[in-house]
Amino acid sequence: MNKQDALTRCRHLLARWLGVGLAALVMGLSLGGHSAHALTAEEAHALAAGDNDARIAALQKLVLKGDPALPSYLEALAADTVKVAGNRAYIVYGDEVKDAATGQVTALPDGAEDVVNNNRMSSEIEAALGVGKLMSKDIAVRTEGIDALNKAADESKLGVIDKALAAETDSKLQGLLKTVRAKAMLVAQDPTMRIEATKALAEDATPEARALLMERLQDPEESNGSVKAALQYALDKVNRKLTWGEHAGVVFTGISLGSILLLAALGLAITYGLMGVINMAHGELMMIGAYATFAVQNVFRTYFPGAFDWYIVLAVPASFLASALVGAILERSVFRFLYGRPLETLLASWGVSLVLMQAVRTVFGAQNVQVENPSWMSGGFDILSNLTLPYNRLVIIAFAALVLIGMTLLIAKTRLGLFVRSVTQNRPMASCMGVNTARVDTMAFALGAGIAGLAGCALSQIGNVGPDLGQNYIVDSFMVVVLGGVGQIAGTVYAALGLGLINKFLEGWAGAVLAKIMVLVIVVIFIQKRPQGLFAMKGRSAEA
Amino acid sequence: MSVVTVPRSVLGTKGWTALMAAVITVLVLAPVLNLLVPAGSAFHLSDYAVALIGKIMCYAICALAMDLIWGYTGILSLGHGLFFALGGYGMGMYLMRQIGRDGSYKSDLPDFMVFLDWKEVPWHWTFSESFIAQMILVVLVPGLLAFIFGFFAFRSRIKGVYFSIITQAMTFAAMLLFFRNETGFGGNNGFTDFKRILDIPIAQPSTRMVLFVLTGMTLIGFYLMARWLVNTKFGRVLQAIRDAENRVMFCGYNPLAYKLAIWTLSAVMCAIAGALYVPQVGIINPSEMSAASGIEIAIWAAVGGRATLIGPIIGAFFVNGAKSWFTQAFPEFWLYFLGLLFILVTLFLPDGIVGGVKRLFNKKAEVKA
Repeated sequence: MNKQDALTRCRHLLARWLGVGLAALVMGLSLGGHSAHALTAEEAHALAAGDNDARIAALQKLVLKGDPALPSYLEALAADTVKVAGNRAYIVYGDEVKDAATGQVTALPDGAEDVVNNNRMSSEIEAALGVGKLMSKDIAVRTEGIDALNKAADESKLGVIDKALAAETDSKLQGLLKTVRAKAMLVAQDPTMRIEATKALAEDATPEARALLMERLQDPEESNGSVKAALQYALDKVNRKLTWGEHAGVVFTGISLGSILLLAALGLAITYGLMGVINMAHGELMMIGAYATFAVQNVFRTYFPGAFDWYIVLAVPASFLASALVGAILERSVFRFLYGRPLETLLASWGVSLVLMQAVRTVFGAQNVQVENPSWMSGGFDILSNLTLPYNRLVIIAFAALVLIGMTLLIAKTRLGLFVRSVTQNRPMASCMGVNTARVDTMAFALGAGIAGLAGCALSQIGNVGPDLGQNYIVDSFMVVVLGGVGQIAGTVYAALGLGLINKFLEGWAGAVLAKIMVLVIVVIFIQKRPQGLFAMKGRSAEA
Repeated sequence: MSVVTVPRSVLGTKGWTALMAAVITVLVLAPVLNLLVPAGSAFHLSDYAVALIGKIMCYAICALAMDLIWGYTGILSLGHGLFFALGGYGMGMYLMRQIGRDGSYKSDLPDFMVFLDWKEVPWHWTFSESFIAQMILVVLVPGLLAFIFGFFAFRSRIKGVYFSIITQAMTFAAMLLFFRNETGFGGNNGFTDFKRILDIPIAQPSTRMVLFVLTGMTLIGFYLMARWLVNTKFGRVLQAIRDAENRVMFCGYNPLAYKLAIWTLSAVMCAIAGALYVPQVGIINPSEMSAASGIEIAIWAAVGGRATLIGPIIGAFFVNGAKSWFTQAFPEFWLYFLGLLFILVTLFLPDGIVGGVKRLFNKKAEVKA
């Protein structure tokens, strides 16, 4: 452009307003920040003034032209810093005013008006900015571009979309672009194009596709009968495909919840089920496990940041030992005096839980603490368009299965397990045979407590860790043990998974809180019918 | 457990004297010291003390109810918080309606309903404008709920810890329900900001004193009733059920009716305590139904001494007095204290304070002899 000309005009205007000395200074600045402009004054003005249709048409033309000066001007438009006067457009940066076409610093003429963008205009501007981003090398930037384009997808964008689709290499972004393309085609003038769009969406079968189809089907503008039929057909097809994913999703979250309940209840199956100790502090033993995980995580973060992803390997035994130790101390100091007095045990253990919670508050603070997932645990398998299985949930299901197997083997195959069984079946006889029953009690209680610690370690990976973490699980875990039948580990497993699944299925049509209430009511009614749980021990005892 | 003695009348001479002293304290002494003695005087009973003692007397009624079902019948309920809250909510809604158009929205409906954009009072609050009807409901609803729940639970012979746990589950479910906005119980905030009761301003000292006296007389009345009840044949059967339920059955009694009657009575006592509690404390919300408050009622009874009727009342005063002192003086240590109280009482004072004192006296008597 003509430098001399610009300088003259600039000097002339500023001299009139600010005086020559200052003008020379500003002139220097504006010379430094110069860039190649190819926008004509007419184009800049057409974009900023006139009715929306004309402005959008001008915008489309410029986008296809691919003007390098366009993005910064569009950003100014999007930020509402553009004013128009006469047949020129100006960008206002605080006190500094530039001519939109030339980029020259200039003065704002009297009577300059703000450019107002309504919703439609702003989303068009966003989309045009998005087009610029579509060719970026950075995937995140491209995703942003597609999002912007998605908001204003219509027929006029098809050219740009096709161009981007041809260049796109990432399969996920290709899928997104295809959805945007179908969305744009769905509002096209030509009915055959709309029908083609329904086919593409039916192929796509994502929840977004379903929403688009439903929206168009209910749109009063859609009056073409054959398009409507095609929409309905595609919608049915998408629904059929999605239903599978949804059902599988409910089953998965149900199993996931069941595995958590199982972990929470397994320790209780030993302390309550086998030993008969009503331990209301069981939830707090879980909390201790979660805090032990937190502590191990902090140690790794400070001393071995390189191995941070594997802190969990050490956190699992640490949480087991921490809770088992607390459990052993509790058994020696409190519970052993209360065997055979279940109601007193209930009260004392409630007291223990209050003390443990308050102790954790004193040591770690009342606020929740952050336990971070190892990086290999975040993310998930994409099975279907609407079904992702998060890795951390999968790991916890596997972990629960391992704990279950380990515990069953321990009880069934080892010497300690044999002692535990013998003491619970007939304490005096076991004692006569030389079993140190007091020690077996302590070991068994520590084992149950340690398993609670493992549950806490698992919970720390999916939820908040705070002093009242255990409180949320105590009613549930007692429900599981009682429902499964006291002293029945197999019953505990069925009850945990069953409750998890029922809970999630009810949640689907009644909402989370009502589902929870219904489950509690179901359990209460069930216990009325079968007081001994699902798997009652057979016997002739009058005290049953 | 304890040796059953048969007194001729409900109370002995000493007992009647103590009772008269209690009645005079509540009926004459407290009102005079609070209302007539000037605020500067050393004998003045502050409004704060009146409110605190009034509140604790409500708790003492709960502890007494808990003692009847736990101490005398051997059934530990963790659901008494629910009955207490039901009574409280019944009274609370009446008080909400008494606010009339003085709420922030100047509407006939309580503020929280206006906020939810409701046009009329939901069906379960149909009678909430009438004091008498609402007071009948305060007794009827928890009573009926306890009766139905108890009937099914006792009929299928659910006992011991099982019963405790399902009462806790029931309370937990109810708490979740009351927390919901759309159920018409005011959600998280519950009911508060009361202005009047029976068209009399609720905050003025004379109203508070009337409520205080009423609570005190109710407590004394319930105490006498319990005293009478445990010495009747009915009461004896209850204690027999506690000590050996199977033998009672083998003797030809059906425990169902006995358990159900005392369970329902206990629930109704709790509900009345709740209804007296709300106008004095000025708020009722779902936290009264939490597992913690249900268990706390049990600890009042345990600390004071189960299977003694004066024990739970002493326990309620001791624990709640300690609570109001601790939460002001050392707020961090209150839960340590409460937790240790749970543990130590169950380990070392199985008969509570009253039992401990009795043991002490018996030892002294033995030494003398």
